[in-house]
Amino acid sequence: MRYHTPSSFEDASALAAAATGVTRFLAGGTDVLVQLRSDLVTPDDLIDIKQIAGVRDITRRDDGSWRIGAAVSGAELAEHEALIAEWPGVVEALELIGSTQIQARCTLVGNLCNGSPAADSVPAMIAAGATVSVVGPEGAREITVEGVPTAPGVTSLGPGEVVSAVNLPPRGKGGGDAYLRFIPRTEMDIAVVGAGVSLSREGDTITAARVALGAVAPTVLLVEEAGAALVGSTLDDAALATLARAAEAACRPISDKRGTVEFRTHVAGVLARRAARIAYDRAGA
Amino acid sequence: MIHVSTTVNGDAHELLCDPRETLLDALRDRLELTGAKEGCGTGDCGACTVLLDGRPVCSCLVLAAEAEGHEVRTVEGMADGENLHPLQRKFIEHAALQCGICTPGILVAAKALLERNPDPSETEVRYWLAGNLCRCTGYDKIIRAVLDAASEMREAT
Repeated sequence: MRYHTPSSFEDASALAAAATGVTRFLAGGTDVLVQLRSDLVTPDDLIDIKQIAGVRDITRRDDGSWRIGAAVSGAELAEHEALIAEWPGVVEALELIGSTQIQARCTLVGNLCNGSPAADSVPAMIAAGATVSVVGPEGAREITVEGVPTAPGVTSLGPGEVVSAVNLPPRGKGGGDAYLRFIPRTEMDIAVVGAGVSLSREGDTITAARVALGAVAPTVLLVEEAGAALVGSTLDDAALATLARAAEAACRPISDKRGTVEFRTHVAGVLARRAARIAYDRAGA
Repeated sequence: MIHVSTTVNGDAHELLCDPRETLLDALRDRLELTGAKEGCGTGDCGACTVLLDGRPVCSCLVLAAEAEGHEVRTVEGMADGENLHPLQRKFIEHAALQCGICTPGILVAAKALLERNPDPSETEVRYWLAGNLCRCTGYDKIIRAVLDAASEMREAT
């Protein structure tokens, strides 16, 4: 295995594009190094992006949007008060992953590119309308978070493409987001179902909403009907019921040791409702 | 082999490491710092916990090469000569260990907690240490030892 420490994403991309064997990018290593240690994936080329300038920076741009570098850890995100004030749902979602030790290393981009349908931070990022900046052999591009995972463990990123940052849109006034997951214990587990909601309100009325679900389909889902169910409402019982039905209707889960199809489908509706209430209250605060 | 310059418990070290070599293996086999233990080897048990730039990490899930230019602290750096760190003393007083395999990792993780939060609640201690598994004690004595050490350290400052 060759270990590389490029000093730019262009160099990282060029290394990956020129590689002929198994290639992995390394940020926090909480998936890549587990796979390495378990002999599941042994890269021929391991490209550590952490020596690239700015990869651990959290930046609020003049328009109120955010850029979160690809190697920002959960612990660093959770200490950023200004980001928590605007995007608490995104921060709480990443913060749910693993232990204190894992938090010191795990990243939003790693969680996304690992491609797990149960990735906790991904529904929150999709609900937030986040994008990722991608550097590749053909240059740079920006794609939506929901455009990245295509199947369990598979992404739409092409050969030599590497994610350099997560971008969050301007939160604006009257916005709030939230992420909830169900696990049968309180800590250190993988989501049976996850639900992320982000919405904006004017007074009591919701003007925009996005809902995303995790662990109920081969990829994390953006459920447009569920978001639409909230828009124009004051989060009354009828809107919440429509939201829950839309969330349930979008589910295409499997039954496994963590939960059955029926249980996951039901919980998706419950968590969507609860996350919507939290997001609504945060938006009004 | 990769040349790695790193600082461990305040001392500068130069190492030649295999690219696949973990920080845990480098600490144990090259520097003979055998306090950090390999339990699971996949980041689940916390027995290999060390501080990397002040944050607790599972050293089994860090490559030695990643320590280049960074500061590592291990359980061997906790005591001041013959004087044990208050956490170490309280673990003995409370009998917060039996077989002892998990103890170095828990001590290091608990030290990082108290550096950030000198007055944690029991719940905060339990959540912070959720990634440190102990198959002997049932955790209660560990939590009490950490809370007692925190109390003593607050009184001392």
